[in-house]
Amino acid sequence: MIQLLLAVVAVLVVASVIQIVRILELTSELKGGNTNAVTDKDNRNQGLLMFLVMIGMMGSFIWMWVAWGDLLLPGAASIHGEQIDNLMAITMGIIIIVFFITQPLLFYFAYKYRGKKTGQASYVSHNNKLELVWTAIPAIVLTVLIVYGLRTWSSIVNMDTSDAQVVEFYARQFDWTARYTGADGMLGEANVRNIEGANIVGVDLQSEEGQDDVLGRSEIYLPVGQPMLFRFRSQDVLHSAYFPHFRVQMNCVPGMNTQFAFTPTKTTDQMRQETGNAEFDYILLCNKICGAAHYNMQMTIKVVSQEEYDRWMSEQTPLANS
Amino acid sequence: MAHDHAHHEETFISKYVFSMDHKMIAKQFLITGMLMGLIGLLMSVFFRLQLAWPGESFPILETFLGKWAPDGVMDPNIYLALVTIHGTIMVFFVLTAGLSGTFSNLLIPLQIGARDMASGFINMLSYWFFFASSIVMTASLFVTSGPASAGWTIYPPLSALPQAIPGSGMGMTLWLVSMTLFIASSLLGALNYVVTVLNLRTKGMSMTRLPLTIWAFFVTAIIGILSFPVLLSAALLLLFDRSMGTSFYLSDIMIQGEVLTNNGGSPVLFQHLFWFLGHPEVYIVLLPALGITSEVISTNARKPIFGYRAMVGSILAIAFLSFIVWGHHMFITGMNPFLGSVFTFTTLLIAIPSAIKAFNYITTLWKGNIRFTPAMLFSIGLVSTFITGGLTGLILGDNALDINVHDTYFVVAHFHIVMGLSAIFGMFAGVYHWFPKLFGKMMNKQMGYWHFWLTFISAYGVFFPMHFLGLAGVPRRYYSNTAFPMFDNLTDINVLVTMFAILSAVAQAIFMFNFIYSALRGKKAEQNPWKSNTLEWTTPVEHIHGNWPGEIPEVHRWAYDYSKPGMDDDFVPQTVPLQDGEEVH
Repeated sequence: MIQLLLAVVAVLVVASVIQIVRILELTSELKGGNTNAVTDKDNRNQGLLMFLVMIGMMGSFIWMWVAWGDLLLPGAASIHGEQIDNLMAITMGIIIIVFFITQPLLFYFAYKYRGKKTGQASYVSHNNKLELVWTAIPAIVLTVLIVYGLRTWSSIVNMDTSDAQVVEFYARQFDWTARYTGADGMLGEANVRNIEGANIVGVDLQSEEGQDDVLGRSEIYLPVGQPMLFRFRSQDVLHSAYFPHFRVQMNCVPGMNTQFAFTPTKTTDQMRQETGNAEFDYILLCNKICGAAHYNMQMTIKVVSQEEYDRWMSEQTPLANS
Repeated sequence: MAHDHAHHEETFISKYVFSMDHKMIAKQFLITGMLMGLIGLLMSVFFRLQLAWPGESFPILETFLGKWAPDGVMDPNIYLALVTIHGTIMVFFVLTAGLSGTFSNLLIPLQIGARDMASGFINMLSYWFFFASSIVMTASLFVTSGPASAGWTIYPPLSALPQAIPGSGMGMTLWLVSMTLFIASSLLGALNYVVTVLNLRTKGMSMTRLPLTIWAFFVTAIIGILSFPVLLSAALLLLFDRSMGTSFYLSDIMIQGEVLTNNGGSPVLFQHLFWFLGHPEVYIVLLPALGITSEVISTNARKPIFGYRAMVGSILAIAFLSFIVWGHHMFITGMNPFLGSVFTFTTLLIAIPSAIKAFNYITTLWKGNIRFTPAMLFSIGLVSTFITGGLTGLILGDNALDINVHDTYFVVAHFHIVMGLSAIFGMFAGVYHWFPKLFGKMMNKQMGYWHFWLTFISAYGVFFPMHFLGLAGVPRRYYSNTAFPMFDNLTDINVLVTMFAILSAVAQAIFMFNFIYSALRGKKAEQNPWKSNTLEWTTPVEHIHGNWPGEIPEVHRWAYDYSKPGMDDDFVPQTVPLQDGEEVH
């Protein structure tokens, strides 16, 4: 019954709006005007609105930056992450400058050159010199950005991993498992076909490299200042291992090994002090849609001193013994 | 009628349903696209409710989603389905078919001076394939296991394995069938557009006199012809993997305790094939909107478009580059890092032709005599969003920076602003500007003003704050941000975004009302209401088959002689011959 009444009310509202619009159009026609022709008054009002909304837009952008600036990710906690942050700062600076030049210009011109019945536009169809200028300037700025960007990328992907410690992150719906090499510094071969019992990541336990591998779940430790080579695998669908504070992200692809090398520079305790947040923890989250619990696929990472890391590692059980 | 074209009897069916007239087909595309758009819009409001107030009960969700929202709380699977179908509908059904289908069909014959498309029959087929595709996509919403929910990019293995997510069952099959029909529709349409533009231009309509709308539609059609077939092959291979046991994309998978026999495939292959269409698709969506904007801004600033040749050149440059940048969607997928460098280089190059376009639009306004029609407002809005969204592309296109913002809300903000908003603003501009040509009526101006300002403000209100969410590390496609304490203090931003999303949905009700009201009861249009130069305004207000009652007019000048010194009016239609001693622009 309620639904029926609501439907009737809705129909009546629409019908009356139709009539009101109709009446407005007819009365304005009786006054001799064409309701839908744009008048000088419209141009003035809309031009003014253009100007005001531009001011509001610029203002609210600055407000957001001030009000929400603290909510953004803290500065990078890795060597390459600092490079990324620098590149980001420069790129963002350029973007903001261009934004604050072009947007006001667009809306200001709209306001300034609002039309009048008696007005006259100027007949300018092109200006080769001017066009050359605004082709050349973006080209130069972009060249700088491209060169800087490619150098950064190249130093990230070509990091020297000869003395890096290898840790594998294994993704499946919907959790993460880390695998450490054990004393031999080598990960055993692995395939989903070997999965059995406690060997949830499918390590080949016949191999010597595999037997001493150590698995870590839900909370793992990393030593500060030690170059790391993260390797990634997936058991089922695509996942993406995203460590926002380290500026590290790489997809986990079934049937394929991927990797990312970096060096963490700040311990968890240091970050807690720097951010003033006693609860702070480094996290790993999944950043590639992977199913119903995609939004809750996480692992906590503690970055600690080498001694503390060694102590933690000595308490772990090798895979072959578990 | 004096023309010698198509004198057969028109029945209701041949006139309104299986019509071969490009103007009717344009209307069919527009209305189907708008209906699909409504579905997509409603979906976005639903998942925004969940994101702002996760876990709270909204009875409206249960009304619409039924068993997927018990007690008004959305299920995670339907959340993923909603974002998937929202993306699919908006990108393909609204901004590809709805936009190109409507305006390429309406304007190509009218602006180049042709009686109709090269093949009316193929054109009709194009619409009916699209219609069938829309029906299948809509039907997929009602299957028991739910619609496709692997994201609009349908990356396998998630999209290939019903064990991984329920939406990859029947829902995904229907999605693939629907897209296959869609691609057929798109190819039939695009072939027709290209042939028509190349062969059926009226006397005097050289390529260098084409309005920029036509240049944009023409190049868009070429991009579509070259890229959509690749998506078709990607979809077919996925279909094989799903139902015939092949391993194009699958290898070494264990799911629900069972090891699959598939071996040797690569999910990354799918991504290459998908984005080989997927990136050009961005420009398939964007270029027609930019073309419409060129026309609308020039007409309403009463000034020639600034730098016509540069505009054509940048359309061509963007189209060329769009084919060699697809890898920027894949920097962190395990693709060779060297390839990443190549794609960064080509991607950032696109900023140059894009900057040229933006500056040329701004300069067209300079010293104009601007008439703020609702279409003009949306065009200026487009230039604004094109700049804002384009700028953040400098961050996402740079592989080193992409590492940390990839797949976060920063990306969501970027592509919604640069592609979603710009393209839909272009589409609105087109509807307001050519409504008199489509329906012979005028749209209500005041409602148009309200529609623009509410849409413009709320759209920025939705997407601008998302940059901050992204920079705070919030991943996209998360059902809820409550699982991570580090996102707790971002709740206010999510609530703000949802408020603006609801406001923007309400604003679209004004548009829908205006559209229907004006089509039925609106004031009758004059023949050339905007005092425009292009050929479509020389046709009679009432649609006739063959477009011009007599001879097709001959063209003597470009389309942008507005406010030319020494002329009586501030516009000189393309049909007016050059006067003695008059300089070409």
